[in-house]
Amino acid sequence: MDFQLSKMHLLQQELYRKFAETEIAPLAHDMDESEVYSQELLQKMQKYGFFGIPYGKEYGGVGADTLAYTLCMEEVSKVDASTGITISVHTSLCCSCINEFGTEEQKQKFLRPLVDGSKIGCYGLTEPGAGSDVQGAQTVAVEDGDDYIITGSKVFTTNSGFADTCVVFALTDRSVPAAKGMTAFIVDLKEMPGITVSENIQRMGIRAASNCIVTYDKVRVPKDRVLGKVGSGFKIAMKALDAGRIGIAAQAVGIAQGALNEAIKYGKERKQFGKTINSFQNTQFKMAELQTKIDAARLLTWRAAKEKDNHGNYGPYAAMAKLFASDVANEVTRACVQFMGGYGYCREYPVERMMRDAKITEIYEGTSEVMKMVISGSMKLK
Amino acid sequence: MSKDIYVVVEQRNGHIQKVSYELISEATKLAADLGEQVVAVLMGYKIADKADALIQYGAQKVLVIDAPVLENYTTEPYVRGIEYIIKNYDPNIVLFGASSIGRDMAPRIAGRVHTGLTADCTRLDVDVAKYQEYLRKATNLPEEKIAALDTSDRNLKMTRPAFGGNVMATIVCRNYRPQMATVRPGVMELGEKDTSRTGEVIMVDAGLTMDDMNVEILDVAKQTKKAVDITDAKILVSGGRGVGGPEGYDPLRELAAELGGEVSSSRIGVDNGWIEKDRQVGQTGKTVHPELYIACGISGAIQHQAGMEDSEFILAINTDKYCPMMQLADLGIVGDLKKIVPALTEAVRAYKAEKAAL
Amino acid sequence: MKIVVCIKQVPDTAEVKLDPKTGTLIRDGVPSIINHDDKAGLEAALELREKVGGTVTVVCMGPPQADVALREALAMGADDAYLLSAREFGGSDTYATATIIATGLRKIGFDLVITGRQAIDGDTAQVGPQIAEQLKIPQVSYAEELDVDGDYVIVKRQYEDQSHMLKVKMPCLVTALSELCEPRYMHAGGIVDAYNKDITVWGFDDLKNDLNPEWIGLKGSPTNVFQSFGKKPKVAGTVLDGLSTEEAVEKIMAMLIERHII
Repeated sequence: MDFQLSKMHLLQQELYRKFAETEIAPLAHDMDESEVYSQELLQKMQKYGFFGIPYGKEYGGVGADTLAYTLCMEEVSKVDASTGITISVHTSLCCSCINEFGTEEQKQKFLRPLVDGSKIGCYGLTEPGAGSDVQGAQTVAVEDGDDYIITGSKVFTTNSGFADTCVVFALTDRSVPAAKGMTAFIVDLKEMPGITVSENIQRMGIRAASNCIVTYDKVRVPKDRVLGKVGSGFKIAMKALDAGRIGIAAQAVGIAQGALNEAIKYGKERKQFGKTINSFQNTQFKMAELQTKIDAARLLTWRAAKEKDNHGNYGPYAAMAKLFASDVANEVTRACVQFMGGYGYCREYPVERMMRDAKITEIYEGTSEVMKMVISGSMKLK
Repeated sequence: MSKDIYVVVEQRNGHIQKVSYELISEATKLAADLGEQVVAVLMGYKIADKADALIQYGAQKVLVIDAPVLENYTTEPYVRGIEYIIKNYDPNIVLFGASSIGRDMAPRIAGRVHTGLTADCTRLDVDVAKYQEYLRKATNLPEEKIAALDTSDRNLKMTRPAFGGNVMATIVCRNYRPQMATVRPGVMELGEKDTSRTGEVIMVDAGLTMDDMNVEILDVAKQTKKAVDITDAKILVSGGRGVGGPEGYDPLRELAAELGGEVSSSRIGVDNGWIEKDRQVGQTGKTVHPELYIACGISGAIQHQAGMEDSEFILAINTDKYCPMMQLADLGIVGDLKKIVPALTEAVRAYKAEKAAL
Repeated sequence: MKIVVCIKQVPDTAEVKLDPKTGTLIRDGVPSIINHDDKAGLEAALELREKVGGTVTVVCMGPPQADVALREALAMGADDAYLLSAREFGGSDTYATATIIATGLRKIGFDLVITGRQAIDGDTAQVGPQIAEQLKIPQVSYAEELDVDGDYVIVKRQYEDQSHMLKVKMPCLVTALSELCEPRYMHAGGIVDAYNKDITVWGFDDLKNDLNPEWIGLKGSPTNVFQSFGKKPKVAGTVLDGLSTEEAVEKIMAMLIERHII
């Protein structure tokens, strides 16, 4: 057992922390207000490798691991959860599908530009009628000579407003359940005729992130863009989500720690009844409880990341980490807004944004209810 | 035996820099404690006529090295000049201004003659009793340590700040001579000029030629003032709600200009469009730690304090005696900034004029 | 072109706090960073390499923990790194430090040496020029712009009231101001590479043939710390009420003069 980060990981953490504090934090408020993600910031992060952390140098990636990626997710999410999800969807949903299921040729052609920082990726699974229950999927891909023709609509596709590449899931065989009739495709969002990306969907939190409806109207996709085997789409989608949950857990840890740090800073200065509010034992005990929960969430997250790096069965660990961390993020941000009172509720301070952002971590990449299904499913209850 | 205190005079375009007079003034005090003389070393081209002023401030002797290669400052010829003086005159102490010239040549000279050098001194002592008095008054050093000092010690005790001024250290150079220090401009008290003083002016031929210059000056440019970042400013005159409007910053600008500082603002001035956003101090503005922060009509909301509480010295001018800024301030003046600020600007201006008329 | 950049690992003085009771420095838990001016110098070196080719080597004298500063420099893009570390080097003043670093530099070889102007913990600005003196090469300190033209470097040298454009033949040494360059971040992949590289560690034995033991360390340093202390702890501020404008100005002027502000 070793709970210490390696020196390499510590330096990774330092990079992400410093970058987040210097480059992201000053933009977070305005990006949230305007609901527009800064493309300049995006390019800067691409330049420093933020979009290829757990992928190999042989594909132009950073050559680090899932643990380093969770460190990045936590640090950026401490100051801006929208940045967290932007990196996460690209890295652990889009790239992981290609990295794990792509042919060598597909990796060179599609993964390389994604992880070397020249292109941004997204992931299209959820549909208006298919959320937690993927069986309701309606998007179809019909074979036509050397191509497939995709028709349908995907909702809540994060990054789609500016992404280049999308891993999209469509039914290639409607005679069987979706779990067997779904296939994954790599599509170029900006270049393929028939693809329409909607305006940003207006949301409660992570408002700076791009999140749109992507409509596919007879989009012709060559067969060499089929990812994995025809009919194995559901498996690929689920595998990506397993990995994605580690990132979301880290995002939740970041949101929670970021909010607590803000509250601590505030409580050091704010005076009531003649002393700083941090000097009240009631405050101190509350802070202690919150920090303990955040640390527990962090350790669960790191364990899931290590398990993935060790090629273990990380799915249930990732689900536990996300279930717990997203709950902690909501509890902590709520407590921090309460602690800061009227100021906490004001948009001038970041904790109200963090409270709004925290909610989504219980919903996307599998709701907390789905997490419980995954965890209980691994427990041999029946 | 090494003796006398040598001051390396700094001149720019033939103008002797004030720090040199400050150093001569300080050197005269040290010389009295040591029973030694003050020698000024004046280097430049066609510069010998400036020697008298140095004598009037207290130099008993002026060594002049006059050579074409010294017209503009470059490191090597100046280093050679002082090297020649040290090797031929054997000074006990050599002092330089801690300017961008002094701090360039002094370390190189110390390296060449193999001696110690202490940078950016803010205090010099030879006499232990005076040093002890200083320690008792201004430092947190315990009395038993102060009392234990050897009063017969005649080494130069060079005191300087470290860690951005968080700690002070006194440095000595026991085994090598000369003892060398650079001293911050504006720190040592400028003595009185006395035209009745007389002294000896000696022209020294250090054998400098144009070949001593190992760099080529392609261009000399007067600094054009860049937009100043308030986080770099040593003095900030900051306005809040109490300034009343955009024109309310004008007297603050005048005071800042007189003090060589910048104008900053609390959030209210920026939100009302009275002043540019990049001058805002506080939670949503910039964090500053100047040597002096003058808070004019700023009540000191917590968000504002977060950006300036680490200032070295805080002066608050406010009509509200009980506002948070008054509690934070090192010096709080309860009063109307619209009266006090312009009067203060005048007073600073008058004081500077008086000082300049040396 | 072989550029060697000397860096120092320093405590982040922005985080250094004083113990209010003892007035001494609390150094525990204070993060260590690469000195700002040195980092600007490293950035300048990396940009020069991108422009004219060559290599960038970083050198640091310090305890074994300074390893991380060198890893950071590698992660920013330096080609190789040397750590000069030995108990014999401890307690060195600027003269002794320059002696040790110059010895290392002679062994490494260089066309251009870049140091920071000064370190934020000591603020002396002496080590750069003293290295140049030991190496018997020209120096240009306070560089705010730096370029290379064949065998020469072109430096914009800052003074308080003016600046000089200087042309100097290599080998030479330049001390960098923070304004010289805005340093890049480490690259995430550079960090991975940095930990796959070896840092050359030279102790006393590695340098001793070219190093006079009498001239290094605490004993070989011409200057020694005689006393160190804090300023008297800050007393609660004074609030003055009921003064006339003249009296108020008088009080403020006294403060400005006492604090050497005017």
